[in-house]
Formats: sequence, structure tokens, C-alpha cells
Amino acid sequence: MDWESFFAMGGYAVYVWPSYALALIVLTVNLVAPHRRERRLLRTIAVREQRRKRP
Amino acid sequence: MAFVWFHKLGSPKYFYRLARRLTPWFGGVTVLLLVVGLYWGLVVAPPDYQQGESYRIIFVHVPAAWMSMFIWMFMAVSGVLVLVWRMKVAAALMRAAAPLGASFTLLALVTGSLWGKPMWGTFWVWDARLTSELVLLFLYLGFIALQSAIEERDAAGRAGGVLALVGVVNIPIIHYSVQWWNTLHQGPTITKLDAPSITLSMLLPLLVMAIAFMTHFATAVLKAARCDILAAESRSNWVREIADAENA
Repeated sequence: MDWESFFAMGGYAVYVWPSYALALIVLTVNLVAPHRRERRLLRTIAVREQRRKRP
Repeated sequence: MAFVWFHKLGSPKYFYRLARRLTPWFGGVTVLLLVVGLYWGLVVAPPDYQQGESYRIIFVHVPAAWMSMFIWMFMAVSGVLVLVWRMKVAAALMRAAAPLGASFTLLALVTGSLWGKPMWGTFWVWDARLTSELVLLFLYLGFIALQSAIEERDAAGRAGGVLALVGVVNIPIIHYSVQWWNTLHQGPTITKLDAPSITLSMLLPLLVMAIAFMTHFATAVLKAARCDILAAESRSNWVREIADAENA
């Protein structure tokens, strides 16, 4: 495969690659955001529980 | 039998466990389909005879636009379940879907702009298709704002259900805009009664990408709904047990 012409996208590189980059960013954020939120939630709940149990 | 299944799915605890088991599978299928779809669309598919390589934006633009409409309809169906049966799980799914829908709408609008500039000579035009899609983005943002404005969960869910149902009127407007009005945006190429006016070598990678976006949505909406359920049920025993086990 000719990488140079692949990346050039027939002269449309400035339109094609940002489209794909944004798509990958959107897909990643859609998964990472809830993943981190769930971990944070479970940690908060566990800490609250431990405080409650302590006399 | 079917009724028992429906009843079980309505239980946040059962749904949370099911969602946790399903998400890795949907996620795995998404990665697989994305690898195949991206390679097929960017490398294997031939250039267009008129648009050259620029048309390759189609493989992210069209799936994103389809998802932007599908997710609102998903929210409207969930809204019915919330309004009629007060299903907490449906409310969680509806709320979880909104930011995802907004993200796909934004992606459809931006990739459309990036495709419009070289092909039409402009990033933006106030034609019916582009304008109604922009209205959809505002509907999503309005829904999200509404959810954070109402403190009480059930009330927020019901208000959201009403907005989702009212807003669904915009979906056929988006879909038929290219037929009802003269638009700079092209007419339907795939979703019409005739055979699609796109060659198979471009249609197949497009369908692979569309299914990948669909399984991505399934993964993301289940993950986000899990968070919503945890927050809502944080005082119940089963949530405490999971939190303890995770942070032991």
C-alpha cells in the first residue's frame, strides 16, 4: 500500500481525516465518561457505607 | 413467560446485573466491526467517480446521522414506558441515551460540514435537512438541561418522557426534508423503496459501520444507564454490596 497517497486522500485529507478523528473522539468519550462515572459512584457509595458502619 | 421477562427487566437490580454482563460483548463486537468497517471503507472501497476520495466521509457521516434519529426514537419509546408504566429502568435508559444522541447529532453536523465545503463550496447552508438536524441537536440539549433542572427523579423522568414524545415529530421532518423541500443536501440514496442508488462496494462497508455505531450505542447506553441506576438506588442493599465488593 502507498501510504503517502493514502494519507493524501486525493487532496481531500483536510476534510476526510478530521471527520474520522472526531468520530473516534466521540466514540471514545461516549464509553470513557460513563466508565469513570460508575467507578466514582461505587467508590463514593463504599466510602459512605464504611463511615456509617463505624461507631 | 413474556410477562415475567418484562417484569424482571423492570427491576433495577436485575437490569443492572444483566447490563454489566452484556456490555463487554457489545463492546467487543463494536471494536471488531469498526476495524473491518474502517479498513473496508478507507482502503478497499473504490474512490467515487465524481467526488474522488472525499466521499469517504460517508462512512462516518451517514451512520452518525442515522443514530442521531434512531436515538431520539429510542428515547420516545422509553418515554412511553416511563409515562404509562412508570418504569424506572426505562427512565434510566432514556436519560442515558440523551448525551449519546447529542454526540451523534454533533458528529453528523460537523462531518456534513467537512463534506459540504469541498463538494458544495460551503460549510453551512440553511436548507431544510441541515436546519432540522440542528433543531434535533437543540432538542437533545434541551432534554439534558431539563433533566438537570428537575431535582426529583421521577418528576424529571416524566417531564423528559413528554419532551421525548413531543420532539419525535422532528424525526420524519428530518427524514423527508430532502423530498418535501428543495435542499442542497442530496435526496435519499439508501432508505427508499427502490433499490439503493449506491454501488455494493460502497454500501457494504457503510452498513458495517452503521452496525458498529449501533452496537457502540448499545454498549454506551447500557454503561450510562448503569450509572443512572446506581445513583438512584445508592441506598439499597444490593448497590451497597456491589460498592463494597468493588472497593474492598
